[in-house]
Amino acid sequence: MSSEYLVEVKDLKQHFPIKTGFMKTTYLKAVDGVSFAIKPGETLGLVGESGCGKTTVGRTLLRLYEPTSGQVLFNGEEVTDKNITALRKKMQMVFQDPYSSLDPRMTVEDIIGEPLDVHKLYTSKAERRDKILNLMELVGLNAEHATRYAHEFSGGQRQRIGIARALAVDPKFIVCDEPVSALDVSIQAQVVNMFEDLQEKLGVAYLFIAHDLLIVRHISDRIAVMYLGKIVEIADADELSDHPQHPYTTSLLSAVPIPDPKITRQRKRIILEGDVPSPMNMPTGCAFRSRCRYATEKCAKECPKLEDRGNGHFVACWNK
Amino acid sequence: MSTNTSEYLLEVKDLHTSFFTDSGEVKAVNGVSFTLKPGEIMGIVGESGSGKSVTAYSIMRILADTGRITGGQVLYRGEDLATYDNKKMAGFRGKCCSIIFQDPMTSLNPVFTVGSQIMEAIRLHTNKSKAEVKARAIEMLELVGVNEPAKRINQYPHELSGGMRQRVMIAMALACEPDILIADEPTTALDVTIQAQILELMQDLQKRLGMAIIMVTHDLGVIADMCDKIVVMYGGSICERGTADDIFYDARHEYTKGLLRSIPNVNNSKERLIPISGTPINLLNMPKGCAFCSRCDKAMKICLEQKPQEVSISETHQAACWMNIKKMMEEQAGGANA
Repeated sequence: MSSEYLVEVKDLKQHFPIKTGFMKTTYLKAVDGVSFAIKPGETLGLVGESGCGKTTVGRTLLRLYEPTSGQVLFNGEEVTDKNITALRKKMQMVFQDPYSSLDPRMTVEDIIGEPLDVHKLYTSKAERRDKILNLMELVGLNAEHATRYAHEFSGGQRQRIGIARALAVDPKFIVCDEPVSALDVSIQAQVVNMFEDLQEKLGVAYLFIAHDLLIVRHISDRIAVMYLGKIVEIADADELSDHPQHPYTTSLLSAVPIPDPKITRQRKRIILEGDVPSPMNMPTGCAFRSRCRYATEKCAKECPKLEDRGNGHFVACWNK
Repeated sequence: MSTNTSEYLLEVKDLHTSFFTDSGEVKAVNGVSFTLKPGEIMGIVGESGSGKSVTAYSIMRILADTGRITGGQVLYRGEDLATYDNKKMAGFRGKCCSIIFQDPMTSLNPVFTVGSQIMEAIRLHTNKSKAEVKARAIEMLELVGVNEPAKRINQYPHELSGGMRQRVMIAMALACEPDILIADEPTTALDVTIQAQILELMQDLQKRLGMAIIMVTHDLGVIADMCDKIVVMYGGSICERGTADDIFYDARHEYTKGLLRSIPNVNNSKERLIPISGTPINLLNMPKGCAFCSRCDKAMKICLEQKPQEVSISETHQAACWMNIKKMMEEQAGGANA
């Protein structure tokens, strides 16, 4: 069975049980019914504030968490506990923090070689070493560095090691969880360019999770905006940035500081009042209504569905 | 002693700060000079390790144990802060100059209520009675947009969200109406929507109270948004300074240019980024010449050997790059020939 999409996510839910007292458990709805699909070689950006569940989506996709309900299809095949080990040959992850995601006791060679060992992707020691050196070259690392340890590298170089590790099994899909957030501006650009080059060379698809909207717009073909465990808007990257429809997207975009004084002077910020509500105690109906300017009675009663407004622009809002 | 009628609120002259560590002297700040007028918003922008935070801490003299100011002067209203004893310095901090830190999670004391932490600042610097101090704390919380301030002063930091804690920090910093507020990456730990709230609040308070702000950040967007005067730092020195328009539309230092090229273009988001090659310099091992020259693709022989001086490009705009000096010399030579 095959489909047009590489990865399909259908009504994914991830509820974490939280002990709130003696014999009492409340569920934290980190992801609450998320659906999207990614084509081969495409980049889907996933943005939202901290606590909106974007990282959880990424991790649940790779079964680092067992989902509460919902389906993840890879190439039309459902991802389950049984086939996940085999599927991780095709789906990989790059983590946010290049400092804690590499084992300090392992050399670069062993870090990059570990996925090769796990999936038995070589027949001789020489082949293993060749593969590792090729990967290092691919991400712009010096072959002489193979025997060094992670602490000897800078943040940007460590992120390259993490990416080489993800690429070792020749995946078709990589979840990038805030891969450039911990890096300096000048290094960020190096790593972003590398992601783009690798995509062109290897045809991998990315789920690019980040909170920096300018970077996400730059790298993504489409962008999905999450708020409290739900996708509120999903559209083509430029379409979403130029014609946002959901009030949350509008205010999120207007809150991004633009590094251009002329634009900044003319622009009017839409300031959202208050904070994100706790996901343990979400508002009824539309989760955003407590901060929304357009909220009506209907928003309190019923949660809006993600609807197609033409040209693949999906919005979940009663009023817009 | 010296005159108190200096037109500048704060003058930093050739400041040098080093940290003495086991692996040697780390020269974090190497000859930084700038001035700040009353009511001005100045931005210091740079990457990690550029010395921007250490410059701020040197002004407040709150460096870590291993750090020491090894040269230069910091003048507050014409008075040298080095002549202040500890007691006078304690009076300076909070009353004349306050600081808010990056991480509101760790800069508030978890075992005291937020009210008592704000009141402590007021009690230290004024002779107000207990009731007046409490009233002032509530007034400050109200000013920074904390709802139900009378209830909040009895809450502990963990009961507040990140944005609220940063508001409490600002309330504490402004409680004694300082002339200068140093904001060290005040919004880096916050989400964009909360960041917008805090930046709006700071701009609004600046207009109402008229204090000067030194905004230390790595975010060029925040700088463009907030500051009229910008200083760009690299490797512990200032490489360029000017107004927002000077820096963003007419950058003259290769580092500033590189920095601007490495962020996505707002008008053409799909344009490929041009990163600065290499990695930031090691402060333990500073080159003899320009700190940026190992990463600069226009580096010349002289860049390796001699540190460039700051050259004026216009009245408001200065840059320390040999490219400008070369260009000026060529123009002069060309003018002489013609």
